[in-house]
Amino acid sequence: MTNPLLMKESALFDYLLRLGDDRLVLGHRLSEWCGHAPILEEDIALANIALDCVGHASMLLKLAGQVEGRRRTEDDLAYFREAIAFRNVKLVEQPNGDFARTIARQFLFDAYSLPLYEELASSSHPVLAAISAKILKEVRYHWRHSSEWVCRLGDGTQESHARMQSALDELWTFTAELFESDDIESLLHKAGVVPLGSSLKPRWDELLRRVLSTATLTVPTANQFMLGGSRQGRHSEHLGHILSEMQILARSYPGASW
Amino acid sequence: MADQKTGRAGEVKDSEWPLWEVFVQEVGGEPHQHAGSLHAPDAEMALQNARDVYSRRGKVSSMWVVPSEKITASSPEENGSFFDPSNDKVYRHPQFYKVPRGVKNL
Repeated sequence: MTNPLLMKESALFDYLLRLGDDRLVLGHRLSEWCGHAPILEEDIALANIALDCVGHASMLLKLAGQVEGRRRTEDDLAYFREAIAFRNVKLVEQPNGDFARTIARQFLFDAYSLPLYEELASSSHPVLAAISAKILKEVRYHWRHSSEWVCRLGDGTQESHARMQSALDELWTFTAELFESDDIESLLHKAGVVPLGSSLKPRWDELLRRVLSTATLTVPTANQFMLGGSRQGRHSEHLGHILSEMQILARSYPGASW
Repeated sequence: MADQKTGRAGEVKDSEWPLWEVFVQEVGGEPHQHAGSLHAPDAEMALQNARDVYSRRGKVSSMWVVPSEKITASSPEENGSFFDPSNDKVYRHPQFYKVPRGVKNL
């Protein structure tokens, strides 16, 4: 790995897995609501967002496979990797819980995706830039959906307010690693391919502050224990369960088409 | 949701959110056409739901949502007295004119 070009390629592969796996796992989690959402209209909205996320994952993992150069397709990467090889953050693995928890997870993640894809849309990597511009369009809608819900649940009834606040408090521990930087990221950042995670934090803070104050909710306290390590493959117990469900068909019937 | 707050669209009489009618315009300049209805707590959410339910698979250039209760409808029993007077006067119908060739939307 002394060739700097090779190093950059393997770094880009890893980074694309981070982007793709985030959206794949979140899309799968959201799809679990299908047929169970509080009302029909929201059922359709969540299923739409789930489909958007899986579509994003498909584009990102396809590109990852091309960058890797080992002829792995997006399906190979989605269905035939073990949990430890997944690079998604723990936030997106977390169970749906009640509706407030699903919305809180989406809200915290959308507020991160928004500045991230704004930056990636002007990446020096032309294909990544084009894919990101496409994703950004849908992320803007996801943000609108989740932030409007946060306002309504936060500034709704006593019960919806309490549930929304406790969902935010409980998921807070998973948010720090969204902005963690490492060698892979800084290598790509120097080449103008990706933004530094830490540079997205001020925008995330501002988006959160604005919406949570409208929603009469409190930004959870900063000085609590924060989890990390997902980008190196250290996941919560939930990921294995998600993968066993998501991967069983492709693994039981390799090459099956439907 | 018995303790649901009153929606901005009007009073909530049962456990359902208020009903909204959705109008969709496919191409700029064309009329907005009724696409269907949905439930939503307020106008902004109605618009979002309308986007998901009625625009996902088709081309849309504009959307309106209107609280259903704000629509005043004619009553079917009065159709005779209400509509017939304008239908039974032959001179009110424009079939005596020749449509110039090539004109599509007259």
